[in-house]
Amino acid sequence: MGVAVEVEGLTKSFGSQNIWSDVTLTLPPGEISVLLGPSGTGKSVFLKSLVGLLKPEKGSIVIKDTDIVRTSEHQLYEIRKLFGVLFQDGALFGSMNLFDNIAFPLREHTKKSESEVRSIVLEKMDMVGLQGAEGKLPGEISGGMRKRAGLARALVLDPEIILFDEPDSGLDPVRVAYLNQLIVDLNAQIDATFLIVTHDIGTARTVPDNLGLLFRRNLVMFGPREQLLTSQEPVVRQFLNGRREGPIGMSEEKDVAQVEAEMAALEARGGDTHNGVGPKGASGGDAVPPQLTPTEGLPERKAERRRQERVARMLHDFDEETQRAIRASLPEDLLAQADAGAFTPTRGSGGRHWAAEPDAGPSASTATVVLPRPGGEG
Amino acid sequence: MTATDEPKAPGLLDGKFSPTRPLAASGNLFAFALDVIRSLPKRPFQVREFLQQAWFVASVTIIPTALVAIPFGAVIALQLGSLTRQLGAQSFTGSASVLAVLREASPIVTALLIAGAGGSAICADLGARKIRDEIDAMEVLGIDPIQRLVVPRVLASMLVAVLLNGLVSVVGVAGGYFFNVVLQGGTPGAYLASFSALAQVEDFWSGEIKALIFGLIAGIVASYKGLRAGGGPKGVGDAVNQSVVITFLLLFAVNFVITAIYFQLVPPKGQ
Repeated sequence: MGVAVEVEGLTKSFGSQNIWSDVTLTLPPGEISVLLGPSGTGKSVFLKSLVGLLKPEKGSIVIKDTDIVRTSEHQLYEIRKLFGVLFQDGALFGSMNLFDNIAFPLREHTKKSESEVRSIVLEKMDMVGLQGAEGKLPGEISGGMRKRAGLARALVLDPEIILFDEPDSGLDPVRVAYLNQLIVDLNAQIDATFLIVTHDIGTARTVPDNLGLLFRRNLVMFGPREQLLTSQEPVVRQFLNGRREGPIGMSEEKDVAQVEAEMAALEARGGDTHNGVGPKGASGGDAVPPQLTPTEGLPERKAERRRQERVARMLHDFDEETQRAIRASLPEDLLAQADAGAFTPTRGSGGRHWAAEPDAGPSASTATVVLPRPGGEG
Repeated sequence: MTATDEPKAPGLLDGKFSPTRPLAASGNLFAFALDVIRSLPKRPFQVREFLQQAWFVASVTIIPTALVAIPFGAVIALQLGSLTRQLGAQSFTGSASVLAVLREASPIVTALLIAGAGGSAICADLGARKIRDEIDAMEVLGIDPIQRLVVPRVLASMLVAVLLNGLVSVVGVAGGYFFNVVLQGGTPGAYLASFSALAQVEDFWSGEIKALIFGLIAGIVASYKGLRAGGGPKGVGDAVNQSVVITFLLLFAVNFVITAIYFQLVPPKGQ
């Protein structure tokens, strides 16, 4: 099972320019999370902070009881072995062919014999559909192949956390669909924690378990996919619908009066549902489409049941729209328990929706705690 | 969040003309040099990378070095040829020419080439990797780029600098001989016989030690600038440019210091 990444109060600036401040979220173990945000809101900076390439000024990132922000350089290199990172352009070593690129981490970190290395590399290449391209140089192949090769390289050390920096950029929609399916299949096979940074709304709507949105130097929202997909927050709705009307401007934020005028005009046209289809997979309305499932024949995603239990625990924290969407995704037994109030509320929510303690599971049916309804959610 | 933590608006100059900026930059370079030295003994040593880099640096520097060394030796021979005639010390032409080539000309030519050809190639290579995220990818894969990439490059540039210095010495002396004997009508026997009249073996060693240090500085500055390249292809160009300029400045300054120390330590012959 993948490991959880707990981010608390993270703040990063370059010189006097603040990138984002007070970002708090938890990537639940083994689940797929997507982080959205307008260009230039520091999503890539966030990814680089997670792997310790950049040092935030404040806050903590805790992985397996180690705070990455404050740990020693030596510890950092150890922790990084848990990570697989897919960079935007694959970040393959230009001087090596694909085979050597993918074999690189194995040769550097393990004492495996060349034949073992070969079999692992070929297996991973097969996994991402790159059979027969071992001898090619990164300069000789297409962007999509570079991405998949980068993914194969990220996978060889059996990482427990995989980060994707815009896996869809520069790919056609069909290849994006294949890549998304690949991501879900991988998750089912290795049960690692995934974080995808993307602009592609189609991906954000169908792939992840959890969604987050960065805007105006803050994490606007992070939670189960249903929470963002049904959210009435103007920024979230604007982003998910890919429209100009809303608080996000071309270069900076707009002033309030202009936003209000735009929103009124939008409502007059019939709102998002009549707004047609937006770019990058953005569609009208706030429907919650079904999540992608692993390809037939693969094992079920172990994270699925874990997530259902987790979401059921905090079902009553959400507003009605979100609850309805979540209810539609939960199995009978969990629904019954949630409605019976069998779950104790997740302690200290507020972005953090993952209970570290495995106790108070479904077996604790005798406890009937009435859940408080925090008003600040949604 | 207290009021003092509020992000400040970017200032007009944003620290660009801060008087401490050059200090910070030299401090960073020095810290980087210490990191490199600390990584030197770390195992496993990257033998393959070292050999590849040594071959690479040698291949970009050998021919230009030889081509620069010939006219350099010739200029010294011409200058000394007329100077010794004016002073009436023709018998020392060969010796003075060897002295000039070994002590100054060959370390300077080595410095020019190791910084201009070798250092710029290293800086461009690392800079291109940096902006393609290769360096980040390497760090994320749990591999220290200083140990994996920088140490072999610095050692390679030191080795090649020492070898180049030998090459320049040979080519320079040969060029001086050719110009003195063939073009200026000097006597071959006198030229060769006076070799050891003023020059001594220590002169050669001082040249080699200079070259070794030049190689170290060129390798470190080039790697430092390359690994800090940013802002796309233009950033790499800027990094290469800065690396060559900084290396030149440092090498000429260091050359002066070593020469001064040398004269304190090794008394000139005949005193």
